[in-house]
Order: sequence, then C-alpha cells, then structure tokens
Amino acid sequence: MAQHSAHDSHGGHDQGAHGSLKSYLTGFVLSLVLTVIPLLVVLNDWLEGTPAMVVLLGSAVLQFVVQLLFFMHLREEGKPRYNLMTLLLGIFILVLIVGGSIWIMTYNQVAH
Amino acid sequence: MAHMGAHAHSHDEHHDLESMRLMGFWIFLITDCILFGTLFATYIVLHGNTAGGPTASELFEMPGVIAETFILLTSSFTSGLAVLSMNQGNRKGLIGWLVVTALLGASFIALELTEFVKLVHEGATISTSGFLSGFYVLVGTHGLHVSLGLVWMTALMIQLGRRGITNVTRRKVNVISLYWHFLDVVWIFVFTIVYLMGVM
Repeated sequence: MAQHSAHDSHGGHDQGAHGSLKSYLTGFVLSLVLTVIPLLVVLNDWLEGTPAMVVLLGSAVLQFVVQLLFFMHLREEGKPRYNLMTLLLGIFILVLIVGGSIWIMTYNQVAH
Repeated sequence: MAHMGAHAHSHDEHHDLESMRLMGFWIFLITDCILFGTLFATYIVLHGNTAGGPTASELFEMPGVIAETFILLTSSFTSGLAVLSMNQGNRKGLIGWLVVTALLGASFIALELTEFVKLVHEGATISTSGFLSGFYVLVGTHGLHVSLGLVWMTALMIQLGRRGITNVTRRKVNVISLYWHFLDVVWIFVFTIVYLMGVM
C-alpha cells in the first residue's frame, strides 16, 4: 500500500502531464479552422456590420476556449478548481474594464 | 514501512511545491490578461481618433499579418508537442520542439518589426494619433512578451541540456508552454480586433 502511494507520487507524471498527440492535433486543427473562417469573411466581404462582428468575436472567443481545453488542459484540473476560479475572476474584471470603457467613451461628448 | 512512508511524504511535499508554483504562474497569467484587457480597452476607445493621420484600413497590410498569425498558432502547437515529448521522457524531442517553437517565435518577431519599421517610414509613428498610440502600445506589449519568452526559452533549453528532465525543469517547461499558449490567445484577439476589424 505504502509502496503503491510512493510510486504514485514519484516522478511527477501527474503534474500537468496531461494531453495526448490526438488532443493537441484536434486543438490545432480547430484553431486553424477558427482562424480561417473570420479571415475569409473579412477578405471576401461576405458579411458587414453587426453579423460580421458576431462571427469575428465569436470565432476568437471559441478559439480561446479551444486553446484552454486542448492546449492548457483546463478541463483535466482536479478539484478544487482554483485555476478555473481565478480564470473566471480574471474574465469578469476584463469584461468590466473593456465593456465599461467602451460604454463610458461612447457617450462621452467631450472626446468626440 | 515507516521509512517508505516518510519517503513518499517528502516526495509529496516536493511535488506540491512544484504544482503550487505552476498555479502561481497561472495567477500571473490572469493578471497579465487584465493588463492586455486595459490596453485593448484603450485601443478600442481610441481607434477612431486618427487626428487627420492614416486610418487602420489605409495602413494595415494583411499578408504579413496573416503569416504572423499562422506562425504563432503553429508555434503554440509545437510548444504543446514539446510538453508531450517531455511527458514521454524524450529529452531530445523536448529540446528539438522547443527549438522549433523558438524559431517560429523569432520569425514572428522579425515580421512584426519589419511591419513597424515600414509603418514608421510611412509617417505613422506612435505620436501621430491616439489610434496609433493605442496600436503601438497594444501590439508592442505583445511583441515584448514574445521576445521575453524567446530569451527565457533559450535559457531553459540550456538548463535542460545540462540537467535533463527533473521535477523542477519539468515544471519550468509546463510554465513556459502555458505562457506561450497564452501569448497565442492574446494574438488571436489582436488579429481579430486590431487587424480584421481594422480593414473591414
């Protein structure tokens, strides 16, 4: 029993040692697709205005999620999920800063 | 038995320390995310203020930017392959993939510098307009992160050559690959918000 647990903690094979070639390849292919889609939309003028914005930002956010899952191994984290929690706090602050700045400056008559 | 237990315990502590360091780096990345968030906010707010100077759609040339994007995306993948080789205990593969990653990173920086030099020669400097101040600070900060990563990666390759794969170097490789994936994610947003939306 003791030997078993000693073996388990030896070598650190579980320290971020996740992922397989398959998951990296999947992540890479998905990232390529999610880069090519907005590129084609913009270069060929397929969409304009709000629909184009939705496709562009949607692809970027999806690619962020793909890299988090397939490259940064977020879903393989054990409990308690501190990495996920700090990430969510970070995203909350980020959205607050970016969204708040845009909101304030859009209605700032002095700046224009 | 008692000895075995104590041995396992000390291993656990060492292991815990390294995984705490990995987590500490993750928290740093989140704060770095917020740094880039403020720079994105500044750029988005200022991107219309061209002060009579050139606009985004007049300045940006997509072929170079597209090349930069695919180069950085591929380097993010190869840094993942480096971690994979490390987990298989393959030191040569690990260092080899790190070299490929660093070379791709260096060509990214070379392309970016070429672009900046060209823009400055066209009279689009950091002091031309609010739009260009925001642009150079945002894209330049990302470029600085990549350059720092290259120096760091080179130092790590030397250390791996000397010490091989240990618990400490294993954590360092995990940390730098997280950093590299993070820089790719930031670039995706630079590519989308600055370049694609700029030329749209």
